[in-house]
Amino acid sequence: MGWVKDTVKSIQLRHTLTQIIQLGLIVTSALVIWKGLICITGSESPIVVVISGSMEPGFRRGDILFLHMSKDPIRAGDIVVYNLDGRDIPIVHRVIQVHERQDIDETYILTKGDNNPMDDRVMYNHGQKWLQQHHIMGRAVGFLPYVGYATIIMTDNPVLKYIIIGALGLLVLTMND
Amino acid sequence: MTTLILGDNYNAKMVSPGFSFSLCLNMHSFGYRANALLTFAVTILALMCAMASLTDNFNAPTPTAHVQVFNINWFQKQPNGNDEVSMTLNISADLQSLFTWNTKQVFVFLAAEYETYKNSLNQISLWDGIIPSKEHAKFWIHTSNKYRFIDQGSNLRGKEYNLTMHWHVMPKTGKMFADKIVMPGYRLPEEYR
Repeated sequence: MGWVKDTVKSIQLRHTLTQIIQLGLIVTSALVIWKGLICITGSESPIVVVISGSMEPGFRRGDILFLHMSKDPIRAGDIVVYNLDGRDIPIVHRVIQVHERQDIDETYILTKGDNNPMDDRVMYNHGQKWLQQHHIMGRAVGFLPYVGYATIIMTDNPVLKYIIIGALGLLVLTMND
Repeated sequence: MTTLILGDNYNAKMVSPGFSFSLCLNMHSFGYRANALLTFAVTILALMCAMASLTDNFNAPTPTAHVQVFNINWFQKQPNGNDEVSMTLNISADLQSLFTWNTKQVFVFLAAEYETYKNSLNQISLWDGIIPSKEHAKFWIHTSNKYRFIDQGSNLRGKEYNLTMHWHVMPKTGKMFADKIVMPGYRLPEEYR
């Protein structure tokens, strides 16, 4: 009867391996899509979630923006995502002034949030008057409301995030088919 | 829908891992049906959003704008050497045709645009506004410039410039649209005042 035991064991082993591979497939396909989007859009973070109300009523907390980093020059009115030197969190605001140099390939940009009373100079680093090309991470081209709210809830409650990730992982590993 | 429920669970998962919310249990269990329903609902919602955004392309707007520089309030050189001008503007526009059923708001702004020997393009927003609905899209406003009109340098005396009315249509969902009307032939005074 030893061979029956061995067969059952190998089936169980194969089952576990299949489940691990499936979990890997889910993780890697998510990664492939993210990296693919980066390649297509040319922006290092092609999808961002709005976390402040400075662009209300156009964009609210929890809305999702699709970014694109095209070769087209930045112009007044564009909604850009920029990252100041030494800061972690990128900002989504509208361009209200552009000065494009003749002699060198440089553009000086001033931004403002639609819902803010003042332009962004007060938020820039000390002594910084303009944004330049290298601060710009992308330009908003599309918009989906509410979808990003889950991310905000999870960022606000990190415990919830680990519970959800743990539960999902457990479900994937224990599902029997 | 039927195929989603009766389809081979195992195959579906191998084809699209991660997308079919493939955390289901038995073929006819509650979990499996809830999963199929959720997948279906999300797919339909995404499709409706995409279609709502696509219908915007059928709209061919015909907006009009007219701007008059009513007065140059003052015009001077700042201590740091940059020219600054303050002006009063009469702005009238009819942007009603920009609104469709997928339009959340229209952001409209008026920019002064000119070229200097140092800069190939200068764009300075002078006034902007948010139009929340079609009823407010035909307007007339008498205002001094909301944002300061400051040059990078001292090039504004006698400078010829365009006033451009830009608009950015923010949709309820989907792609954002932008366009403009260029109004050329404005000129600043030859002397500070």
